Amino acid sequence: MSARDDMLARIAAALEGAERTPPPDHPYGAVTPLADVAATFVECVEDYRAVVERVAPEGIAAAVAQALSRATRIVVPPGLPTEWLVALDRVEVVADDGHLSADELDRFDAVVTAARVGIAVTGTIVLDHGPDQGRRALSLVPDLHICVVHESQLVGDVPESIAPLRDAVDAGRPLTWISGPSATSDIELERVEGVHGPRTLHVLLVAPTS
Amino acid sequence: MSGTFIGMPKFQTAAKEALGNSQQRRNLQHATHTIREKRARVVEELDDWEGLRQAGADIKDNVLSHLDTYLVQLEESLTRAGATVHWAGDAAEANEIVTSLVRATGADEVVKVKSMATQEIGLNEALEEAGIAAWETDLAELIVQLGHDRPSHILVPAIHRNRAEIREIFLREMGHVGTPPPAGLTSEPRELAEAARVHLREKFLRAKVAISGANFAIAETGTLVVVESEGNGRMCLTLPETLISVVGIEKVLPRLEDLEVFMQLLPRSSTGERMNPYTSTWTGITPGDGPQQVHVVLLDNGRTDALADTVGRQALRCIRCSACLNVCPVYERVGGHAYGSVYPGPIGAILNPQLRGTTSEVDQSLPYASSLCGACGDVCPVKIEIPDLLVHLRTRVVDEHRGGMPSGEEIAMKGAAWMFSDHRRWEKAQKGAELGGRMFRKKDTIGRLPGPLSAWSDARDAPVPPAESFRTWWKREKEGQ
Repeated sequence: MSARDDMLARIAAALEGAERTPPPDHPYGAVTPLADVAATFVECVEDYRAVVERVAPEGIAAAVAQALSRATRIVVPPGLPTEWLVALDRVEVVADDGHLSADELDRFDAVVTAARVGIAVTGTIVLDHGPDQGRRALSLVPDLHICVVHESQLVGDVPESIAPLRDAVDAGRPLTWISGPSATSDIELERVEGVHGPRTLHVLLVAPTS
Repeated sequence: MSGTFIGMPKFQTAAKEALGNSQQRRNLQHATHTIREKRARVVEELDDWEGLRQAGADIKDNVLSHLDTYLVQLEESLTRAGATVHWAGDAAEANEIVTSLVRATGADEVVKVKSMATQEIGLNEALEEAGIAAWETDLAELIVQLGHDRPSHILVPAIHRNRAEIREIFLREMGHVGTPPPAGLTSEPRELAEAARVHLREKFLRAKVAISGANFAIAETGTLVVVESEGNGRMCLTLPETLISVVGIEKVLPRLEDLEVFMQLLPRSSTGERMNPYTSTWTGITPGDGPQQVHVVLLDNGRTDALADTVGRQALRCIRCSACLNVCPVYERVGGHAYGSVYPGPIGAILNPQLRGTTSEVDQSLPYASSLCGACGDVCPVKIEIPDLLVHLRTRVVDEHRGGMPSGEEIAMKGAAWMFSDHRRWEKAQKGAELGGRMFRKKDTIGRLPGPLSAWSDARDAPVPPAESFRTWWKREKEGQ
């Protein structure tokens, strides 16, 4: 008997005569009503000591350039809107071709990506690693992550966040949920930001086109 | 201090030793109080925490009562997504599978994401025996590993260490296994975390194989989920060529949508945050992104035994948040080592005897490692009735010892039952106690009793019987009227 058959037989035996509990009657995907979704999002992301700026759609390029004022070499995903980078001055921009090694990624000062969903109540950004976000290593190894989130991508709380992520999961893509910069509380439960992930998370929240 | 839990004495013996460590008691008190207050604050923020807890419990009960169906579905989804699924009945089988998978890659080292399942099966020791170095990359796990220590908390395994002790461990040990800490290292948490960052970065960037657990495994899609803080998880799950995940069979969730419940319950219950810094999900192999060899080892190791216990099976709902540890008055004083397992605290007291059976001294003693105050059950995000299960397991331990010579406790309990069953006998006994009480004169508590009774008197401060019982007083007062 294989371990698989043995385990399945043990489970069947353990459940013999047991009441089979149905899935719960839970209101999945419920909307959390918020007076001002964007304000809540900003407040909660700031709570994690991330940098958050609100910008107009035409102000993205200037804000990106400002956030990268101390960078000399950055990496971007292949599908990042090029107009976001037009204001950069003396910054070498490398578009990921999928072949940069971890060591090579480690030599970039920053990465700029888009996002898929922003969750207001928890201050979370979710990447579904589409073409404007790139593969996971891009937004992991460089020490500064500039993430452009549109207000139209914001949802109230976690229950509303799953539906917009479903397609990416069904397509076999990974997800990365990011709530502030990397942090640890392993020493006396005191929170310290900046361990292995990017030590600085800089979020640009873009207002809807007026 | 040794790095293994094998051959642990019973809880009460180990607890006595731990209670003598005043530094550890201070560290634990500070840490558990900090985190329990944080948890209370963020739980308060949600309108319907109770509804969420109920949903969490209900989803898990649905999973457990259809576990065979969901596991087969998970296997199909994972296989379709390019992962290879392995089944392991016990720790030895799981360790053998993982060891041979690592060997097949030709690697002689692996990086590890913090994982309770791999600790439970002693994977690091098994790999070491096979000549494979396993580097723990979670900061607290690193502190435990470098200190040749044992974990004492599910979430913060080095909770028993303070900053000064951690600094010493880093200075003494880090240089032997990789990048040493900077010479002027202080005990500032920020500097200690930076030393760990530099030390581990070298390992992340060169690692070919990573080993993880999973917080959740979604049957419908074959998606695995790791919830973490530091980014060490992301490093391990993303950079290496091969990823091996050891997943307890109770970790399965039916659908992606179920994450909405657990991604609210888990961060608030464990670190007391609205959301943990990083959560990664992956679905088998994604071409061009992350490991291109993905293995999943589904682990039983006693879980089906727990499932067979109709009362005890609810312990398998556990999502390893450690909220029950942080509120437990026993854990707060004794710490995690006395529980003799990687699962300490109230959840450990019910999980270990079920996963390992009640044959060892420590597993027989664990159901008694509680005052049954009920705080653990109140905070559990999946509503495990921990106090009820403790009593259930006490019954099991007692039942297993029936027959043969009765213990002193049994004789005493039989005597008490006989006495309580008749009010005349009870009154006689009280008279005796009044006399006994006078013997202690001005003392408030009974001190050490002689002979076998010392086992009872040493473990508690029992008040001396009053000079006059309520019944005697009532009688006297009534007669005086």
